[in-house]
Amino acid sequence: MNREAILDVRDLETAFNVKRSGRKCRVQAVDGVSLSLAESEVLGIVGESGCGKTTVGRSIVRLVQPDSGTINFKGTDVLAARGSTLRQLRLSIRMVFQDPYASLSPRRSIGDSVAEAGDINRVFKGRSDRMAQIASTLTSVGLDPSFGERYPHELSGGQRQRAGIARAILPTPDVIIADEPVSALDVSVQAQVLNLMMDLREQLKLSMLFISHDLGVIGQISDRVAVMYMGRIVELADTQTILDRPLHPYTQALMLAVPRPDPTKRIAGAIETGEPPSQFNRSIGCAYAARCSMANSRCRAEIPRLRPFGQNNRMIACHNV
Amino acid sequence: MLSVRNLSVSLGPETAPVDIVSDVSFGIRKREILGLVGESGCGKSITSLAVMGLLPQPGPRIRTGRITLAGADVTQLQPWQRVEAGHGHIAMIFQEPMTSLNPVRRVGDQIAEAVRVHDGIRGAAALARARELLDMVRIPDAALQLSAYPHQLSGGQRQRIIIAIALACRPQVLIADEPTTALDVTIQIQILGLLRELCNRLEMSILFITHDMGVIAQLADRVAVMYAGRIVETAAVDDLFGYPGHHYTRGLMDCMPARNLGVRRLPTIPGQAPQPGTIAAGCAFAPRCEAVREVCRVAPPPRLRVSEEHEALCAFPLNGGRPA
Repeated sequence: MNREAILDVRDLETAFNVKRSGRKCRVQAVDGVSLSLAESEVLGIVGESGCGKTTVGRSIVRLVQPDSGTINFKGTDVLAARGSTLRQLRLSIRMVFQDPYASLSPRRSIGDSVAEAGDINRVFKGRSDRMAQIASTLTSVGLDPSFGERYPHELSGGQRQRAGIARAILPTPDVIIADEPVSALDVSVQAQVLNLMMDLREQLKLSMLFISHDLGVIGQISDRVAVMYMGRIVELADTQTILDRPLHPYTQALMLAVPRPDPTKRIAGAIETGEPPSQFNRSIGCAYAARCSMANSRCRAEIPRLRPFGQNNRMIACHNV
Repeated sequence: MLSVRNLSVSLGPETAPVDIVSDVSFGIRKREILGLVGESGCGKSITSLAVMGLLPQPGPRIRTGRITLAGADVTQLQPWQRVEAGHGHIAMIFQEPMTSLNPVRRVGDQIAEAVRVHDGIRGAAALARARELLDMVRIPDAALQLSAYPHQLSGGQRQRIIIAIALACRPQVLIADEPTTALDVTIQIQILGLLRELCNRLEMSILFITHDMGVIAQLADRVAVMYAGRIVETAAVDDLFGYPGHHYTRGLMDCMPARNLGVRRLPTIPGQAPQPGTIAAGCAFAPRCEAVREVCRVAPPPRLRVSEEHEALCAFPLNGGRPA
């Protein structure tokens, strides 16, 4: 990617304290993730539950505090930001969440929720300006301005997610971190919301970190894709490159397992994809070795580093490629 | 094996019932997997609960229709009455395996309990049968897993345990309501493979309920598509994907990202599904249909035949149609 990176994440590590069977444990949710996001680029992060993709997104907006690493946004050190710098950052980098019912306050009107970030940062010039900006933002996400007066329970799932998106683009941010924004929606509504996000991205020149477990959705909206497994990026490349020729054994398994809407291409018999890994008994070597058909003794002893491979911005972390 | 004829389930007062499932008919043959597909609120889960005899009380009730299992009318029977009358068994599994299991009992005891109820054996014999069931659902180290608690198992293993419990009654029909929706894709594909294998080996019929056209394409033999409480299309899976008859089916397939990789804009179905009770005369899909004509808004759509065993509830189906 030749465009300049506006968001740069280096060696991010985030761990959580949890209790397991009464004993305190530490779960390494993100284990050394580096990625960068260029201006008006969409980077997809795909992976299964527990792989750390959500924690990466939350670390960037400081909803969780990483243990180490650096996050740089347009020259500002995100992890060191305090007070007004942090507030300014949170206006520039916004989040869209999966469940729009949980992320909208049930007791505030849609208009108040949409204007919340603007209210806190005093960006409106008086009441009429506030009203006008709410109305135009709602219109731009495909909702009638009258929705500003309504409450979340009066909206359908798709409308709520549109409101959730409206909330993230007033005032217009530089980066949106979208965490499974269409996973809770029915397919017909999902397509509408995905189209909306692609339109907004172009109109507002947004950069986006798009987090999803669904390779189909990721493939649709992203320029580049990072595949995560157990807290690490195992493969990263231009979207078409990943989809056409996945090289990491895990990426291959993931793509093979996606049920294709084509009954003439059924997966014959049961495929062996193994059990998902546990955060509580991590292996010494490659985290995927236990499920990998290509694993050898080196895989079980040494963690493969993410390294550049071939063309199309591909990076891969596998000893056998 | 299982046959449902003209099933309508309604809510609200007797005098002014609102149908949430209207005039649904389908059948499942032995060793067949019927996929019931539709978006949230279309009535697919209510249909399955009605078939199961598990509609919540008080709540929706069967207004009309007939459900027959292996030739016997079971429409008005509760599950235990069906068992006592010897009408054969339907078992059901749900989306979230954790909520279907008792968190404070070992899974072995929970399987053995189902065995005790259905086979009347207890103690070591019941545990032996439980182990056999775990082998059937391909859980390795069956002996070890019997003493585990649900929270110690992964989501995929929990769903296998649930399937094992369902199999304890030797069902002729298994109803699976979104059993893989909460699972990761690499685990989902294993469970789908397991269900197919069990269907063949145990000569079961499966009613598989899902919103995912991809899962349907991978698993089902035949498909029924539901929209706003009605089955709008039924077909063999190859026919449905090869030449869909109903415009809704076509729209559902078109808007899947997996079929449109590299396309700038996804095709969409405009608008949203109607709420029960607000459906006007005519076709419920008419307000969202791109091929809508005047007659669609006033007259209920006919059920037309697109090909052999392929029907669409549409006056102007894609790929032609003649009176069924």
